[in-house]
Amino acid sequence: MKTIEELRELRESMQRKMSLRKAGDDETVRVVVGMATCGIAAGARPVLSALVDEVGKRGLKNVIVTQTGCIGVCRLEPVFEVYGPDGSKTTYVKMTPEKALRVVSEHLANGRVVEEYTIGAAEREEARK
Amino acid sequence: MKELALNVLDLAQNSIAAGARRIEIDVAESEAENTLEIAVSDDGAGMEPEQAALAADPFFTTRKTRRVGLGLALFKQEAEQSGGFFRLESEKGRGTRVWATFRLDSIDRPPLGDMAATLAALVQGAPDADITYRRKSGGGSFELSTAELRRELGGVPLAEPEVLRWISRYVAENEARLSRGRGPGES
Repeated sequence: MKTIEELRELRESMQRKMSLRKAGDDETVRVVVGMATCGIAAGARPVLSALVDEVGKRGLKNVIVTQTGCIGVCRLEPVFEVYGPDGSKTTYVKMTPEKALRVVSEHLANGRVVEEYTIGAAEREEARK
Repeated sequence: MKELALNVLDLAQNSIAAGARRIEIDVAESEAENTLEIAVSDDGAGMEPEQAALAADPFFTTRKTRRVGLGLALFKQEAEQSGGFFRLESEKGRGTRVWATFRLDSIDRPPLGDMAATLAALVQGAPDADITYRRKSGGGSFELSTAELRRELGGVPLAEPEVLRWISRYVAENEARLSRGRGPGES
């Protein structure tokens, strides 16, 4: 059973870890997940949780995962956007937890955009139909 | 929505968008009364009476990106379809309370679903809000208060993945304990 004592132990180990972290890093990558009704109904909650878990597991200290409302492309939800330190923006659409893990390992950890999951690829696909 | 926990997440996102500092989520089942009650209350911006009256209308929204607002409308429809009712009380400058009752044994009632994942997602999105989750059933009760967790954690942010995992497991284990506490043949 999870107890408050465990939380206190967690606090001690976390405080040690956090003191090692660099402050004011300008290499920050922001990941913004659409969590309005459209996103939630389409499966944004497990996508968000996969992102948070994987970024934590890999210890990607320069990556911040945040939430927003409707991004405006409800038919392509779940959607998240990645804002790079260079000001670039990549919109990933029709996400699943599995696809999100691939974006973490290729894009967030190694800086390679997963082209096939982007809004550009989805729109080209729709145009072909 | 496939699970009521997703409606709860959606309702609480409205609270966050309304600038709430305090969000209270109550989920209570009563076998005796054959009800499942869900309430989400906040101290956010609140609404004028005219706006509150229209809030559960799918073709009314304050959003700028599109012209339908489905969250409250869906929740209301789900409650009414499963033999329950929906209420919304709001006061400008004071906050909003959304409250629905479902018939526990209605086949049209979506399952409660994964409240652990909903709470982890909420805390991740609003680590500075005081979120209280109170859960009751015939099998017992429990409570999660992020204000209390914050005190225990000292300076460690609630949105840290390790803390979110703790929250998620704490809720999941207590939910499981509550369902084990119910009598045989009940679900």
